[in-house]
Amino acid sequence: MPKDHGIGASSKRREDVRFLTGRGRYTDDINLYGQAYVHFLRSDVAHGTLNGIDTSEAEGMPGVIRIFTGKDFEGVGGLPCGWQVTDKHGNPMQEPGHPILAQGKVRHVGDPIAAVVAETAAQARSAAEAIAVDIHELPAVIDMRKALEPGAPKVHDDLDSNLCYDWGFVEENKGAVDEAFSKAAHVTTLELVNNRLAPNAMEPRVAVGDYAAGTDDSTLYTTSQNPHVIRLLMGAFVLGIPEHKLRVVAPDVGGGFGSKIFHYAEEAFCTFAAKQLKRPVKWTCSRSEAFISDAHGRDHVTKIELALDADNNFMAIRTDTCANMGAYLSTFAPSVPTWLHGTLMAGNYKTPLIYVNVKAVFTNTVPVDAYRGAGRPEATFQLERLIDKAARELGVDPVELRRQNFITEFPYATPVAVEYDTGDYHATMDKLLIMIDRDGFDARAAKSKEAGKLRGLGINCYIEACGIAPSALVGQLGARAGLYESATVRVNATGGIVVMTGSHSHGQGHETSFAQVVADMIGIPEAQIEIVHGDTANTPMGMGTYGSRSIAVGGSAMVRATEKIISKAKKIAAHLMEASDSDIELKDGQFTVAGTDKSVAWGDVTLAAYVPHNYPLTELEPGLEETAFYDPNNFTYPAGAYACEVEVDPETGKVKICSFAAADDFGNVINPMIVSGQVHGGLAQGIGQALLENVSYDADGQLLSASYMDYAMPRADDLPFYQVDHSCVTPCTHNPLGVKGCGEAGAIGSPPAVVNAVIDALHRGGMTHVGHIDMPLTSARVWTAMQG
Amino acid sequence: MTQVKMTVNGKSVSGDVEGRTLLADFLREGLRLTGTHIGCDTSQCGACVVHVNGEAVKSCTALALDLDGAEVVTIEGMANPDGSLSVIQQAFQDHHGLQCGFCTPGMVMSAAALLKDNPKPSEHEVRDYLEGNICRCTGYHNIVKAIMAASGQDVTQIAAE
Repeated sequence: MPKDHGIGASSKRREDVRFLTGRGRYTDDINLYGQAYVHFLRSDVAHGTLNGIDTSEAEGMPGVIRIFTGKDFEGVGGLPCGWQVTDKHGNPMQEPGHPILAQGKVRHVGDPIAAVVAETAAQARSAAEAIAVDIHELPAVIDMRKALEPGAPKVHDDLDSNLCYDWGFVEENKGAVDEAFSKAAHVTTLELVNNRLAPNAMEPRVAVGDYAAGTDDSTLYTTSQNPHVIRLLMGAFVLGIPEHKLRVVAPDVGGGFGSKIFHYAEEAFCTFAAKQLKRPVKWTCSRSEAFISDAHGRDHVTKIELALDADNNFMAIRTDTCANMGAYLSTFAPSVPTWLHGTLMAGNYKTPLIYVNVKAVFTNTVPVDAYRGAGRPEATFQLERLIDKAARELGVDPVELRRQNFITEFPYATPVAVEYDTGDYHATMDKLLIMIDRDGFDARAAKSKEAGKLRGLGINCYIEACGIAPSALVGQLGARAGLYESATVRVNATGGIVVMTGSHSHGQGHETSFAQVVADMIGIPEAQIEIVHGDTANTPMGMGTYGSRSIAVGGSAMVRATEKIISKAKKIAAHLMEASDSDIELKDGQFTVAGTDKSVAWGDVTLAAYVPHNYPLTELEPGLEETAFYDPNNFTYPAGAYACEVEVDPETGKVKICSFAAADDFGNVINPMIVSGQVHGGLAQGIGQALLENVSYDADGQLLSASYMDYAMPRADDLPFYQVDHSCVTPCTHNPLGVKGCGEAGAIGSPPAVVNAVIDALHRGGMTHVGHIDMPLTSARVWTAMQG
Repeated sequence: MTQVKMTVNGKSVSGDVEGRTLLADFLREGLRLTGTHIGCDTSQCGACVVHVNGEAVKSCTALALDLDGAEVVTIEGMANPDGSLSVIQQAFQDHHGLQCGFCTPGMVMSAAALLKDNPKPSEHEVRDYLEGNICRCTGYHNIVKAIMAASGQDVTQIAAE
């Protein structure tokens, strides 16, 4: 019998009611008295010297209040980078400046040059069109490998080259890895591209800056996944505003997928301009503008090799990757191809020796940063495509080759610096094979053949490191921030509870699932618990939501704070019942004394805490409010097995997804309905990457895929119903809920399944010359590959 | 500026608009009906779908001035008269057909228009109809399921939400 409330129940989402009735409060729904609007004039060339900006005509246009250019920001800090990577020689990465408005040069199409503040948004836009910008266009570097060639145009004149860093991991293992390859019975090699994607949260970014001259307080309303991080970065590094004079509010946020982690120039601009102009300043991004100003994701070019012994055991893996940083370092960009990618190259397999090389490169493109999965999809795609290719070369079953090399004993220390605490990869594979009726595949393939189609089956595994992360560890790895999470649990006199969390919900349903946890612990209805998030003024300092960390880290902080509440409440209950607090039990919202029929209700205790007439005041403070900060001692490691069945039309190369199945081990699950929904969304993004989506630049750096007319977003008719399962559970061993996180799995695990399935279909159709096709597998690409 | 009058969610409203004012902007800025969302600028995403004279319309493609006298229904007008969720809205909640909620108003408005013309749509028909509504969160699984459930069809055989 499924649970109907608390941990493990598919409680309906309370946030849905406001969203379904048009009463959500997104940032663009906020309008402040006296508000002005800003429009950013952006570079329409990829690379050029700024010779002059003539704003004279624009300044005289209706409604224009003030026009800002880079000169206005000369005394202001640039956008900071939150992670420093050390290269294989021990040197820090090259870290260029990132001005709020372009200074001296423009470096990508979309680089902001000037900002027009006017009485209305339309007036600001019209005036921006009247600004004359004198740009001397320079040759642009778009292709990463060309950007590394000697003599390539430099994106940043003050850097030695376009190389941000050359990272070797683990550098000391390189010799042993090379030696293993020299002794291998078989080596499989694969070169592939992990295509650049635009995150495309449906809500475009918005920022509203406000300033109270009377108190010198600044407020920023923004579409962020982590308002405290924005407050810290913008306050301390850009505008010089201490935290106590700066409030950042991220209200209802319409999706993030990583793209709303980062601190963007427009946020700093609106906060800065509001103070300068003494009136609120609002910016609403258009979708076209989002394509050239939101950080993109992925964009790796990789060569990966696998060495196997004569018994098909994995001996070693060696990779060589170029990772695009774009024109500037976005907030966490350097960490993505390194610590979020290299550390996952062991996958689910006991490969004793691994060496990962990553060259991060500056190009005249939009900055690239974390997008759902962030580094882990890139690692998984390489590895799982490579294993499929190896199985084909060796003539063995790809599932059996995986099983043979599975890690089966835990904890398991990989050769790439992480320790998996728990897992059962055979269990999820077993589950998957039942879900997909693998034995029935041949019959389905025969039916497809009758219809003139080629059917293929792709299977793969994945593992990810979530719940980022132990602060001390990430500090050693270059993070310039801690990665704990926080919660304050405030119990009110009449028994209701407000939980103020540093996590942020922008679709994940925390207002429901976090309440389930506290309700379960105390034994009161979920409706008595309110989850507050998204405002630095009423939540404790927390690091926000990304990396599938909310329940694993934020949820753990909430559990710790609730434990403190229960501990204190038991003392109050003991006093009320004249018993020892060690004898007090709490169940279903009732405190009882073990072995007696004495009891007091939750509400009696909470009332006593705030109306302490009969209260142990000499031993205990009144009130019932506790805060906890939780810093995990390891990542969590969700893992699973995914399968995709496709039909390929041999005449056109068109790929149709027939079915997709995901068997995940997320550890314990708080709300199965929400978890399935998270997987569904991740699968759509992964299938989108595999079949449809691609950020495409021409050689001059013009973005060709700059609207929904040109960037192929997955739509309802591109996708099937999915089969998802999370009944295989190995609870996380080091957090109080035993949870691992589920937000990114779908996007990490699904691209290789799709590509493996298409390659399988082509091989079954006799096209054995096709070793690999780069994503997205459009009809044109598949058809071309089929022609040989 | 020209005055435009319409009926929105059953109430007579009027406002001064420029020739370039889109219906979406008139609803959001002029009437403060912020449930209608703007997710793109090429009439692709469908977050701004409303009903104009009974038809589903992307309010980012319609000029407010052209709609003088029109009957407009937005997401704010979709709940039952007593304020409870309508059948479609309730199905979206029951089947977890929304996550961040940003595309949701357009999805609900499109679903209502679909079910008016096609009371028992097949999965294929639902997916086909939603071609003009983009969601980035749900992967569409639970949206399609919710719409089929709202039409009274048994969706228990569709994989769990």
